Amino acid sequence: MNIPPGGQCKGGAGVKEILELLESNSKLTENDIAIMLSMDVEEVRSKIKELENNKTILKYITLVNWEKVGEEKVSAMIEVRTTPQRDVGFDSVAERIYRFPEVRSVRLLSGTYDLGVFIEGRTMREVSHFVATKLSTIEGVVSTTTHFVLKTYKQDGVIIEDDEEDRRLVVSP
Amino acid sequence: MINKNNWSERINPVVRSIPPSGIRKFFDMATEMKGVISLGVGEPDFVTPWHIREGCIYSLEKGYTMYTSNQGLLELREEIARDLDITYGVTYDARRELLVTVGVSEGLDLSMRALICPGDEVLIPEPSYVSYAPATALAGGVPVTIATSVEEEFRLTADRVEKAITPRTKILLLCYPNNPTGAVLRRRDLLEIAEVVRDHDLIVISDEIYDKLTYIGSHTCFSSIPGMRDRTVLLNGFSKSYAMTGWRIGYAAGNSDFIGAMNKIHQYSILCAPITAQMAALEALKNGREGMRKMVQHYNRRRHLVMQAFKDMGIPCFEPGGAFYTFPDISSTGLTSEMFAEKLLMEEKVAVIPGNAFGPSGSGFVRCAYAASMEDLGEAFRRMSGFVKRNGVQSKIVVNL
Repeated sequence: MNIPPGGQCKGGAGVKEILELLESNSKLTENDIAIMLSMDVEEVRSKIKELENNKTILKYITLVNWEKVGEEKVSAMIEVRTTPQRDVGFDSVAERIYRFPEVRSVRLLSGTYDLGVFIEGRTMREVSHFVATKLSTIEGVVSTTTHFVLKTYKQDGVIIEDDEEDRRLVVSP
Repeated sequence: MINKNNWSERINPVVRSIPPSGIRKFFDMATEMKGVISLGVGEPDFVTPWHIREGCIYSLEKGYTMYTSNQGLLELREEIARDLDITYGVTYDARRELLVTVGVSEGLDLSMRALICPGDEVLIPEPSYVSYAPATALAGGVPVTIATSVEEEFRLTADRVEKAITPRTKILLLCYPNNPTGAVLRRRDLLEIAEVVRDHDLIVISDEIYDKLTYIGSHTCFSSIPGMRDRTVLLNGFSKSYAMTGWRIGYAAGNSDFIGAMNKIHQYSILCAPITAQMAALEALKNGREGMRKMVQHYNRRRHLVMQAFKDMGIPCFEPGGAFYTFPDISSTGLTSEMFAEKLLMEEKVAVIPGNAFGPSGSGFVRCAYAASMEDLGEAFRRMSGFVKRNGVQSKIVVNL
């Protein structure tokens, strides 16, 4: 029996490797994953199910370059300063922000501001409007600084316009 | 008066007698075609990791553009010595026992030229990389091939070595993990071979360029076997493990007499390996371990997929323990290696290399590299599956990568 470098095999955990593979390509089938990791396909299936049930795997999403289909989108990173509240700290103000569907991500950060909020909208006006009327009026929000995104070079580990192609000779010894 | 047609007769007969590479014709055919998926490539599909490229760019900015000492940057040699010590517990003096070369190819040429006297025989396992026999002949030696077989998983055995030895035998060449078969030698195989080497007082040139790409067991460096260090020229480099083929950077390690002799030839023919590549190699050794581990993990996963694909196709393939090649037995198609490769290229636009390009005992096999993206591998095996079915092989199920 082969044990892949740094990995577990039949009967072992193998969970991290399954997650790694799915994180890099969520289209991989259970069968392929089983072959790649020398695991039993049933075992892979039940492990994935378990990971989905316990919310380790939250969602299978696709990274899309919307510009390719002419879709106009505007996004902005907003630095939000807040007043933390007794007992709940930043959590309650964060929740009031992340419940809005326009908000793509919210993170509590160390440094000169507290929450890094990523917003997506159709137009600049729409995003500005959201910040002015919704975000900055939330109780506990002290101030906001909006940075509109001009260009995305890399997202989630993927280079958006990667011109590094396979330049190898077709045949070599 | 010299006629134009006579020029070829004035070429050194040794050079003239070397046959053209077995893959040349195939290369020309495949290069002409569009839309070819190639499993015929003997190099990683990864581009050199960015930190290595960036390290090299920085060295250029800093003005590292001059010659280095003939043996190569001392700092690099020290890192190589450290790496060999940590990985295999074999120690080399960075000042006297290491030489930085222009890839393993140069190391091979230097060792042959430094060690071979006219007529000396060099034992070369086969199938194997295409350079060994010509490099021997060019150095005035006589290549003596030792056939290996799929029944023994293309492993070289002490018995076969023993049988090939004559009073003129001077050198045994080892090349494991092997290109093209992916075969590896177990430690006990090497111990038995070492016995024979000792008994017959042979020198060993061990090309271990694929050492890091070992998936079954762990690689044993031949120099680390008791009593073998001083009679071995160890050749290795950065091409495969760090995806640095085009940088042309490798090294030779051996006793100070051998390395000194090789350095003599090196200093008059090459002077030194390019400094940019040496700086990149230094960065690879210092910070490249984790990246390399990831690449090896990728290869291993693809290896499993490709083995399964052959199984599903009904094509027998022994399990390769190293490198990034599979060497399936295609004789059930009724085609020769060359016909198989040619027809597969013409009909399905998938390039593989005929096994006999690596020696006659590769007949009936083809070399398929799995250093290709998952998408390409999937598509290539779908096409190949249809192809072997048309040629009368019963596949088990539909191949789905």
